[in-house]
Amino acid sequence: MKIAVCIKRVPDMDVRFKIAPSGTAVDETGLKFDISDFDGYAVEAALQIKEKLNAGEVVVISLGGDVVQETLRKAMSMGADRAVQLKADGTHVDSFAIASALAAELKDGGYDLIMFGRMSIDTAHGVTGAIVAELLGLPCVNAISKLEFDGRTAKMRRELEGAYELVECALPAVVTIDEGIARPRYPSLKGIMAAKKKPLESKPAQLPAARLSLDALALPPERAAGRIIGEGTAAVPELVRLLKEEAKVL
Amino acid sequence: MSELLHPRDLQFLLYELLDVEALTARPRFAEQSREIYDAVLETARAVAEEHYFPNRKRNDQEEPQIVDGVVVTQSDLKPAYAATAEAGIIASTHDAERGGLQLPHTIAGAAIAWLEAANIGSASYPMLTAGASNLIAAFGSEAQKAKWLPPMLDGRFGGTMALTEPDAGSALADLRTTAYPNPDGTYRIEGTKIWISAGEHQLTENIVHLVLARIAGAPAGTKGISLFIVPKRRYADDGVLGASNEIVLGGLIHKMGWRGTTSTLLNFGERGHCLGELVGEPHHGLAYMFHMMNEARIGVGRAATAMSYAAYRYALEYTRTRKQGRLPAEKDPTKPPVAIIEHADIRRMLLIAKCAAEGSLALVLACARLVDDEQTAATEAERAEAHLLLEFLTPIAKSWPSIYGQEGISNALQCMGGYGYAREYDIEQLYRDNRLNQIHEGTNGIQALDLLGRKVMQQQGAAVGAFMRRIEAAVAEATAAGLTDLAQSLGEAAAQMVTVTKSLGREMQADPTRGLANASVYMELVSRVVFAWLWTRQATVGTRALAHGASGDERAFYEGKVAAARFYARFELPKNGPDAALLLRNDPAALEFKDAWF
Ligand SMILES: Cc1cc2nc3c(=O)[nH]c(=O)nc-3n(C[C@H](O)[C@H](O)[C@H](O)COP(=O)(O)OP(=O)(O)OC[C@H]3O[C@@H](n4cnc5c(N)ncnc54)[C@H](O)[C@@H]3O)c2cc1C
Ligand SMILES: Cc1cc2nc3c(=O)[nH]c(=O)nc-3n(C[C@H](O)[C@H](O)[C@H](O)COP(=O)(O)OP(=O)(O)OC[C@H]3O[C@@H](n4cnc5c(N)ncnc54)[C@H](O)[C@@H]3O)c2cc1C
Repeated sequence: MKIAVCIKRVPDMDVRFKIAPSGTAVDETGLKFDISDFDGYAVEAALQIKEKLNAGEVVVISLGGDVVQETLRKAMSMGADRAVQLKADGTHVDSFAIASALAAELKDGGYDLIMFGRMSIDTAHGVTGAIVAELLGLPCVNAISKLEFDGRTAKMRRELEGAYELVECALPAVVTIDEGIARPRYPSLKGIMAAKKKPLESKPAQLPAARLSLDALALPPERAAGRIIGEGTAAVPELVRLLKEEAKVL
Repeated sequence: MSELLHPRDLQFLLYELLDVEALTARPRFAEQSREIYDAVLETARAVAEEHYFPNRKRNDQEEPQIVDGVVVTQSDLKPAYAATAEAGIIASTHDAERGGLQLPHTIAGAAIAWLEAANIGSASYPMLTAGASNLIAAFGSEAQKAKWLPPMLDGRFGGTMALTEPDAGSALADLRTTAYPNPDGTYRIEGTKIWISAGEHQLTENIVHLVLARIAGAPAGTKGISLFIVPKRRYADDGVLGASNEIVLGGLIHKMGWRGTTSTLLNFGERGHCLGELVGEPHHGLAYMFHMMNEARIGVGRAATAMSYAAYRYALEYTRTRKQGRLPAEKDPTKPPVAIIEHADIRRMLLIAKCAAEGSLALVLACARLVDDEQTAATEAERAEAHLLLEFLTPIAKSWPSIYGQEGISNALQCMGGYGYAREYDIEQLYRDNRLNQIHEGTNGIQALDLLGRKVMQQQGAAVGAFMRRIEAAVAEATAAGLTDLAQSLGEAAAQMVTVTKSLGREMQADPTRGLANASVYMELVSRVVFAWLWTRQATVGTRALAHGASGDERAFYEGKVAAARFYARFELPKNGPDAALLLRNDPAALEFKDAWF
């Protein structure tokens, strides 16, 4: 089975972000970057499929400047066979344009399965996989938590509120991955050494003109300090009064 | 969870202070790069956070037990061991042709420090296997390497170092375990070993003990000791695991710290059925062991470092969030309390912890860098210089992180008030765990004798000469960077150390017992100079980076290095004054105190 996994390089989200002087980007100094969480699950799921079938190829693809090569290497050190960088400097916010460039690369790749994370953890649009499927005319199943095969049929599970859904579709197909599927492995030292010798192809991204632009970023307002109004049940009347009169939530 | 080590500091020490990237110019590391090193450290951290950190308390509370004659260890240990082997950490420095990663010792050391900071009682198992495998790689025959290394490196077999006996602890020369030659070239091993860490467990299919023993009829003393591979279960050349090799567990010892690690009493060949293979030449065992001892001793220093580092990081996080009291100048009791890191006394204690932790990390990584140079530097002269310096620094790397680091942990604990003393937090365990590092792998007292009695005296003081060349370079660099105060205090302390060394040299020539009587005080004095050297170098590198216009968090990081170096130079280094005076008069108060007077 030939599998493509599209991965995005994102900053570590456990930090206080600063906005760059441009006002339209995050200040990247001191930030740590890694594979977006859901994309990492997708890479792991792809590797497990390959290991289970004991055959096939896992190709990782990322769109971005040369910094994404590090992200691609990481996926290869986990076990992906080769990588493609769709080179595009600067920040890109139009998911349709990004999906178009990815689709152009994936179209003639002969992939049986194209995998995405359910959404990226930084911008959280959650549409790239679906647009790629549409552009390629392939079936698309979103946010799957389980994936098995019966011949050329993919059998999948999706988690719903208090229930789950079982879905089937024929290959080739596009799927986007939810977190329950598999915990990503960390690269072994051997994998890290081997990744350096694996092929990483870099080619210009065929990005159509963007129809969306990012005009401004702003931080949420600082929260005011909390206030202790008393202790135990004695404080309840005052709390209720404040919730009604000041916070106006009751 | 708090970050147990500071990744930015690791980067600083590895790449800015020790220029580890330069190693990639050497043939052995030619295929490597900084990206690879960073990825290796990330993986080590991930292994530490996933497999070591979560079970650090269980590992302390659920000590290994003997149940129906079998040692049962805490259940998370086996997956942790397997994950460590699988990640390639046991094989990290071995040759690629033997299934190793051929990484520099400097990088491997930094990687292992993550595991040790997270949970030393678990990390000791794979580290012991790594140590034993290094010994086989260095001195085993080709056949022994082919037979034993693959299962040790891939995690199937554990390893131990079996030196100590009930009547031969510090004095290994007195050991009595005996090896009787068999006609087929193997040896029958008989004797009792004690304190053998990881000597029994169910984490691996087999355990490979590296045993020091005396071949029957060998000369007395250090010259009659040989090294043997003695497996728990027989293991044939064809790779089939055989019967028990008659190593009987006499009991487990229960300790203050490192409780997850089994400490065993082992009886070898009570009925004459324990077989061993000789490693290398007969009677060279102790020399082989000592060759590896540099690495093992730096390893002990690294473990102590990792623990004091973790304690410092815990305290730092705590003092930034704990609010208590107001600054002395604030007289208004309705004003909110401040975070305790605002109090000068807390900063003083944190600085002791920081100087100990970051200074120790600089030292153990600098030593690992010297091990790399000793093995792979381009010229014979460079390798010899690295060896000389390493000989001098090793007893200090073994002992000072365990002493000064213990002071660091104690101060970190103090920063947390009552909570530092509570088992619900982490520091009291680190305090207990680290205490061992002053004892094993040669007690600190024995290290002091080694430093003063051997290392500084051999070859007319050549090792001190090598160290002084580094000091002179550091003084010149610091002066050039405008750090004249640090350059001056370092220069003076080093000159004082040379004066003291010469004086004690004369004392030793007259009477070794007298000359060595205050060896431990001497080692403290030298250790403070070594730390002053490394802190001055860190300040110099930091000052240069600041001059290049570091900003924001980076600026604070470098300014912190320079200011910590100054704290060290003014609060810690001056303690050498009274020590030097004591050593110059070679004060006999302890030596002459009579047994009956106690
Ligand atoms: C937890 C733990 C794990 C260990 N793991 C291992 C292991 O895996 N393998 C192994 O072989 N051993 C191991 N050891 C043994 C360790 O190396 C010894 O404990 C150590 O060498 C000291 O020996 P001893 O305990 O017999 O103390 P002793 O030698 O009896 O020393 C007692 C005191 O006397 C001092 N002293 C002794 N001789 C002199 C001297 N000539 N001059 C001045 N002072 C002296 C010492 O410094 C010490 O303070 C371990 C020990 C511990 C506690
Ligand atoms: C085993 C144990 C038994 C105890 N038994 C009792 C008991 O029976 N009854 C009882 O009432 N209490 C008891 N205590 C509480 C004990 O008295 C407190 O732990 C102690 O007073 C410190 O307070 P704290 O732990 O809240 O630390 P904190 O007050 O938070 O102090 C943390 C650190 O900040 C420093 N610090 C705090 N304020 C300042 C300041 N203004 N300037 C400079 N430094 C400052 C402290 O010196 C300390 O290093 C016990 C504690 C322990 C550990």
